[in-house]
Amino acid sequence: MIRVILPQNLRILANIEEREVKLDVAGPATQRSIIDAVEARYPELCGTIRDHVTRERRPMLRFFACEEDVSHDSVDAPLPEKIASGEEPFFIVGAIAGG
Amino acid sequence: MSAVRVLVGTRKGAFVLTSDGKRQKWEVSGPHFAGWEIYHVKGSSVDPNRIYASQSSSWFGQVIQRSSDGGKTWETPGGGVQKSAEGMPKGESNKFVYIGNPGTHQWYDGTPHPWEFKRVWHLEPSLSDPDTVYAGVEDAAIFRTTDGAQSWTELPGLRDAQGPKWQPGAGGMCLHTILLDPSNPDRIFIAISAAGAFRTDDGGKSWKPITRGLRSDFMPNPTAEIGHCVHRIALNKARPDVLFMQKHWDVMRSDDAGDNWREVSGNLPTDFGFCIDVHAHEPETVYVVPIKSDSEHYPPEGKLRVYRSRTGGNDWEPLTKGLPQSDCYVNVLRDAMAVDSLDKCGVYFGTTGGQVYVSADSGDNWSPIVRDLPAVLSVEVQTLP
Repeated sequence: MIRVILPQNLRILANIEEREVKLDVAGPATQRSIIDAVEARYPELCGTIRDHVTRERRPMLRFFACEEDVSHDSVDAPLPEKIASGEEPFFIVGAIAGG
Repeated sequence: MSAVRVLVGTRKGAFVLTSDGKRQKWEVSGPHFAGWEIYHVKGSSVDPNRIYASQSSSWFGQVIQRSSDGGKTWETPGGGVQKSAEGMPKGESNKFVYIGNPGTHQWYDGTPHPWEFKRVWHLEPSLSDPDTVYAGVEDAAIFRTTDGAQSWTELPGLRDAQGPKWQPGAGGMCLHTILLDPSNPDRIFIAISAAGAFRTDDGGKSWKPITRGLRSDFMPNPTAEIGHCVHRIALNKARPDVLFMQKHWDVMRSDDAGDNWREVSGNLPTDFGFCIDVHAHEPETVYVVPIKSDSEHYPPEGKLRVYRSRTGGNDWEPLTKGLPQSDCYVNVLRDAMAVDSLDKCGVYFGTTGGQVYVSADSGDNWSPIVRDLPAVLSVEVQTLP
């Protein structure tokens, strides 16, 4: 079971009340397999985390695992065991906006 | 008794304002889609309970929302778990993909720039089918759904109308106006900042620029066919060949479905502005909100005035009763004015300061429905039985 923390706007869009969601992920825990699992559970989030066509991460989002920014790692690189085991959550974070 | 439902898109969500036909007491619901930019919300004239909303975000992209109960509840069309052949969810309802290789348009500095989808600015439901809707998008193109917004297909013939010459206005290269001709289902008018106005007479297969008579002094050739920053076009449904346009500068009129235009700015204090609309029952009565200039996006003298012409342009009168006449520095954006079709035509507009004003007597008197919403991007109104 993998834990994923989504930005509030996406939780509103998908009617998710809890701060984090728990997902079964097929195969090794990677950025791609986690986002695949998020989109499978919440199809309304398709296109909001990665582009519909290019499948690339949207530019104002970042992915964090175990306090490390993994946004620029390969989407198929294995994530730390603590993510795979659910000990640590996988963070999807929107760029900070102030004003 | 009749009723009205005002659909308001703002920088931080959508709001639904409802009243009976007197338009004095209002109920406010929202924010719907809190925190998201709602560029446009519009209902079907065939089935008024069917409403579509464009929800977008610089972070998370484009989402299309649909209501089938007059805005009480919403869904992302096709939002259930759909599997493609590859086993992945489809999520088609939010997917706007240009057909073929769209190539390039001009960037601000005149260099070629790739076409990139950014957001939906305007949703125009069909006049005959609640499941058919047109979407005007940035970078400029027109899409259509025929399945209630579950999936969208571009009408690529529009980009054949000299698309590589189009360039963005300051707000982006947006297709912001879609007018369906109620007397001719094959005729559609659209406008793009800053490409101009276009018309199809074959249901969207082919398009032609309709800009003869426009003059834009910022262009190297001020009367060129392509490049005019059209802000908004409006028509009266009883007389769809007569169009009124608020351009970057100039208020214009066409009596031949856009083939030729002439200026009708007349005695306006400034002919810059964004919105324009036509009275529901008087085809020669037109409304604009003059804005000081293209670098000063607020009313002249800090006085918020709607100007009304009862002569189809040229002669304009300021409408001020109930509107702030000092220290007012809001803007009224291009999609933020609408009229209802009650016997005594109601006129509505929203401001970047978060006010939505109504006049239940064709503009003579105004009052705020709400004062403190987020910046208003769009206002539409439905007249209900």
